[in-house]
Amino acid sequence: MTLTEDEMTQAQPDATLEIGKDRRRKEDQRLITGRTRWTDNLTLPGMLHLAMVRSPFAHATITNIDKSAAEASPNVVRVITGTDVADEQGGLPNAWPITPDQVTPNHPPIAVDRVVFAGEIVAVIVARSAAEARDAAELVDIDYDELPAALDLKEAAEDKVLAHPDLGTNKSAFWRFDSEEAGTGGNVDEAIAKARADGIVIEREYRQQRLIPAFMEPRSTVVDPTGEQITMWSSTQIPHILKFLLAAVTGVSESKIRVIAPDVGGGFGGKLQTTPEEFITFLVARQVGKPVKYTETRSESLMAAHHGRDQWQKLTLAAEKDGTVTGFKVELLADLGSHVSLVGGGVPVLGAFMFNAIYKFPAYQFNCQTVLTNKTWTDAYRGAGRPEATYAIERIMDELAAELGVDPFEVREKNWIKHEEFPFTTVAGLEYDSGNYEAATARAKELFGYDELRAEQRRRRDSGDQVQLGIGVSTFTEMCGLAPSRVLGSLDYGAGGWEHASVRMLPTGKVEVLTGASAHGQGHETAFSQIVADRLGVAFEDVEVLHGDTMVSHKGLDTYGSRSLVVGGEAIVKAADKVIEKAKPIAAHLLEASVDDIEFNSGRFSVKGTDQGLAMAEIALATFAAHNLPDGVEPSLDSDATFDPVNFNYPHGTHLCAMEVDTETGEVTMRKYAACDDIGNIINPLIVSGQLHGGLVQGIAQALWEEAVYDDSGTLVTGSFVDYLLPTAADTISFDLDHTTSPATTNTLGTKGVGEAGTIASTPAVVNAVVDAVRHLGVQDVRMPCTPERVWKAINDARGGAQAETVGAAAPHFDESTGMDGTVDRTSGGNA
Amino acid sequence: MIPAPFDYLAPTTVEEALAALGQHGDDAKILAGGQSLLPVLRMRLNAPEVVIDLGKIDSLRGIRDDGDALVIGAMTQHSVVEHDALVAEHTTLISKAVEHLADHQIRHRGTFGGALAHADPAGDLGAPALALEAQFVIAGPGGTRTVAADDFFVDLFETAIGEDEILTEIRVPKHTGWGATYEKFVRVAHQWPIVAVAATVRVEGGTIAEARVGLTNMGSTPLRARAVEAALVGQPATEDAVRAAAAHAAEGTNPPSDLNGEAAYRSHLATVLVRRAVLSAAGSS
Repeated sequence: MTLTEDEMTQAQPDATLEIGKDRRRKEDQRLITGRTRWTDNLTLPGMLHLAMVRSPFAHATITNIDKSAAEASPNVVRVITGTDVADEQGGLPNAWPITPDQVTPNHPPIAVDRVVFAGEIVAVIVARSAAEARDAAELVDIDYDELPAALDLKEAAEDKVLAHPDLGTNKSAFWRFDSEEAGTGGNVDEAIAKARADGIVIEREYRQQRLIPAFMEPRSTVVDPTGEQITMWSSTQIPHILKFLLAAVTGVSESKIRVIAPDVGGGFGGKLQTTPEEFITFLVARQVGKPVKYTETRSESLMAAHHGRDQWQKLTLAAEKDGTVTGFKVELLADLGSHVSLVGGGVPVLGAFMFNAIYKFPAYQFNCQTVLTNKTWTDAYRGAGRPEATYAIERIMDELAAELGVDPFEVREKNWIKHEEFPFTTVAGLEYDSGNYEAATARAKELFGYDELRAEQRRRRDSGDQVQLGIGVSTFTEMCGLAPSRVLGSLDYGAGGWEHASVRMLPTGKVEVLTGASAHGQGHETAFSQIVADRLGVAFEDVEVLHGDTMVSHKGLDTYGSRSLVVGGEAIVKAADKVIEKAKPIAAHLLEASVDDIEFNSGRFSVKGTDQGLAMAEIALATFAAHNLPDGVEPSLDSDATFDPVNFNYPHGTHLCAMEVDTETGEVTMRKYAACDDIGNIINPLIVSGQLHGGLVQGIAQALWEEAVYDDSGTLVTGSFVDYLLPTAADTISFDLDHTTSPATTNTLGTKGVGEAGTIASTPAVVNAVVDAVRHLGVQDVRMPCTPERVWKAINDARGGAQAETVGAAAPHFDESTGMDGTVDRTSGGNA
Repeated sequence: MIPAPFDYLAPTTVEEALAALGQHGDDAKILAGGQSLLPVLRMRLNAPEVVIDLGKIDSLRGIRDDGDALVIGAMTQHSVVEHDALVAEHTTLISKAVEHLADHQIRHRGTFGGALAHADPAGDLGAPALALEAQFVIAGPGGTRTVAADDFFVDLFETAIGEDEILTEIRVPKHTGWGATYEKFVRVAHQWPIVAVAATVRVEGGTIAEARVGLTNMGSTPLRARAVEAALVGQPATEDAVRAAAAHAAEGTNPPSDLNGEAAYRSHLATVLVRRAVLSAAGSS
C-alpha cells in the first residue's frame, strides 16, 4: 500500500463518528475502584479454600509425605498429595508441539514422586478458611532427596545435568526455518562465506534475560460443582481455551463446563495458560462436591506463574562493504523451564519470522533449540518471540553501522523495504501488506530533535564530559493479530486464530455485543462500543459489550497476540453488517418500498429519494413485536459472525531513545524518548496512548531493571518485589509519541494491533542508546538489564583499567552461576 | 498471604508495653509502623506468639525542641518528620534523608524509631543518625538509659535495645546552619539504596570547619566515615580537596555483594557519592 504525503497524516476525526474519539474507558470506574467481580471477591455458600504446599527444591525425589499433622489441624477437610490423585489428575496440556519429535515431559498438576522446579505443588490443603488452609500447609512434613539441578541454559543444552533424568535429554525440540529450503531466499552460509572473504561479518551473542510478567491481580480460581454445569471463575486471559482443555484433560463433557473470566487484572501473556492451580481446584471441587477457591500469594505468583523470554541468541550478519546486508543467521537456545507449557515451545517460533524485520535480506536462516531446565516454565510474555527478534536485529544493525562508522539510519535506509514496494514478501515468507518506514522515521526524528541531540552528543564526547549521551534507534515491525488459522495449522499450533462475535438488537433499541475476545484491562468494552455505535448508528452508551463467560459469549479464542481489535473487532463489524442486512427487508416492508430502494445511513433506514424512514430502534421494536413482518422473514435481527484473517498485520514504527550515562558510576538516565508508530487506523486514540505508554515502560524495564535470577541451588532470588525491580511512574519520563497511518488491508477497519508494539520496540532503542553513549570508550555491548554496575564494568573493561581488575573476573556468561550468597533478606529478622 | 496466628496487644502507655514485653519475652514482637514486620509475618518468615502494637501510645509521637537538641518520638511517622520545620532547620540532614525514604505510603505508616530499631544497614535513617551523633533513649524495666549512636547499631538487624526494652525517643543535637545532603544511589525510586551517603558540613569562609559523614549499606550496620571527616576538616570546599578526602570513603567498610552490585562496586560508589554529597552539602556543587 502506498500513501501520499497528505494521506499519511492522521485524518481529523469526524465529530459525528465515535471512531477516532478519545472516549474514556467505560470499564475504568469499576476496575480502578475495585468495586467489581475480581475472582477473589467471589464468595459462595459452603465454599472451601485451598493452600498449596510447594517444593523448596529445584530438583528432588519425594521420599515420604506425612500429612497427619496437617489433617488434624483445625477445620482441615482434606490433604491431597500427587499419589492420592495420580490416576485422575491428568497432565497439563501442551497445545503447540513445534516438532513431531518434541520431547515433552508429563506435567502432573501435583508432583507425584519427583519435583522439577522450586515452587512446584507437592500437596494441597482443603480447609474451611483460607487462613486455616495456610496454617495446615506448614504442617505437611515432606522428605526430599535432592538431585542435581539443570539450571544454566547453555549447560543444560549440553545435557550435563538432566532436568528430567527419565527423558535422557534436556533438548526438547529443534526448529529451523531456512530461506533456501523455503524458496524465499538464498543460502545463508554461502552469503556469510562470501562476506568473510569480501565484505563484513558481524557476530554477536545476546542474552534475553528471564522476565516475570508480574500482572497486577494475582491468579485466583473458584470452582462451583453444584449446578448442572461445573462453573469455573478464573483470572485468565483464555476462558474459551480453558473450557476446551478442561474437558479434554479431565474427560468431563465440554457441555458440562462453564468458564467465566470475570474482571481480570492484567495478564501480559502471564494468564495465557492453563495452570496446575486451575486443574487442582477443578479436581478438588468435584471430589468434595462443594465450591472451592484458590488465590495465590504474590510470592507464589512470582515463583510459579509462568516466566517469559530467557534465550541466548547467537547472531551472524553478513553484509557488503557498503552496508547492504546479504544474509542473517540466527541460532537460539530457548529455556523452557521445567515443562513445555501451553504454548511455551512456540514462543521462540513466533519470533522466527521477525528477525529479518523491516529489511530486504536475500538469505536468512533461523535455528532454535528449546531446552528443559529445573526452573519455572516459560511461556508468552508481552510480545512473545517478537521482542526477542526485534532486540537481536535492531541491536546488530547498530553494530553494523558502528563497524561502518555511519549513522544507524544509514544502514537501515539502505536495507529497509521502501514504501512503494508494499505489499512485500519477506525472506521469512510473510507478506507485509502496508507500511511506510520513511514517513515514520522522518516524523520520529523530528519529534526527537535528532540532529540537535547528535550535536550535543558530539560536544559531550569532545569535552570528555563525565556524563555521556547516547542515542538509540529501533525501527521495529512485528506480526500480530493472531492469526490466520491456516498459518497456525502449518506451524503445528493446536487451534485456529479466528474470532467470533454476536450482535443482539434489543427491543428498546439497545445493543448487546458478545465477543470471544476476553479483556483483562485492554478496554474492549469501550473500543468495541465505538465501532458498533458507528456501524449501527446507535449511541455509544447504548452498546453493551459482554465477554469472558462461555455461557454468554459461547465461542471465542480469547485475548493475546494483539488480536482483539484486528480479529475480534472485525468479527463484530461483520456481525453488525448482518444485522443491517436482516433489518433491510423489514424496513422495506414497513415503509412499503422495495428492498433495493432502502438505504441505511447513520442509524436510519430510508427510502431513496424520499424523507421516509425508520430508525434502527424502530425496526428493532417492530421485529420484536413481529406483528407485521414480511413473509418468510424470521423475527430476529440478531447476527453472528466468525472472522478468520487471511494474514497477520504488521505495525511498525521508529523509536528513538536518548540515554545519559554517568561514566563515573554507570548510572543510566533516560533523557528523551520519542516514537512514531504506524498502527493503521485508530479507533480510540486515548486507549492507544495507554497501550503505547504502558508497553514502552514494560520494554524499557527489560532493558534497565527487570531480571529473574536463580541461585546455584535453583531458588528464585528475585522472589519478591524487593529484588524483582518493577519500575513505577517515578522511574519513567514523559514520552513524545505520534502516528503515521498506513491502514492494514486485511481488515475493513484498517487497524493493526497495538498491545505489544511498545514493548517490542523499546528494549533495543534503550540498549542501543546506552551502548552508543559509551561506544567511543570501547564498549560494544551491555547485558540486560543495563544495571549501573554492568555499565560501569563495561566501561572499565573496555578501558582495561585497574578498576576492572579489582572487581574480579569479567561478568560470567550466566547470572544463574553467579553466587548471590551475600544477598540480605530484607524480609527477615530485626526488630520492627 | 496470611500470617500465622498471634495474639495482639495494644498498650496505651510505655509502662504497659514494658510489662507486656516482660511477660512474653522472646515470644513477643514490637509493632511500630509495621512496614518491615508485617511483610515478615505475612510471608511467615517469623511467627511471634504475641505482637505488641505501640500505635496507641500517644507519648511516643511528636517532635519537640529541647534546647540544644530536637527530640523525635520513636513512633513519629516519617511523613511528619519529613514536613517538620524544626527538623528542616536544625537537623537538615534528616529532612533530606526522609524525603526520599521508600514511598509516600510507607512514609505515612512507617515510623522514625521503628526504622532505626529495625537496624537495616540499607535503611535511610541510620547514616544520618550516626552523622548527627544522635542519642537513643531506651526504656526498660529499670528505667530509661541513653545510648550514643556509635553504640546503638550492633550488627545486621541488631541494636543495643535489650529484649525487655523499648526505644522511646531519639535526641538529635542541633546542627543549625550546617549544609546537608543525602546522596542516595538506587536503580528504581522505591528501592533500598545500593549505597547512600549522609553528609553534613559546617563551612566557614570557604573552609570546611566540621564534617560528619555517614554511610548506608556499606556494612552490616550503618557506618561513619571518620577518615573522610578527619581529612575534610580545615580543607577548602573545593572539588580537588573533597575528592582527596573522599578517597578514604570505603576505609573500614565491609559492603555486601548482591544483585545490585558487588562489594568492590559499592566501595567505588562510596567514594564518588561521598565526594558529591560533601560538595553539595558545602554548597559547592
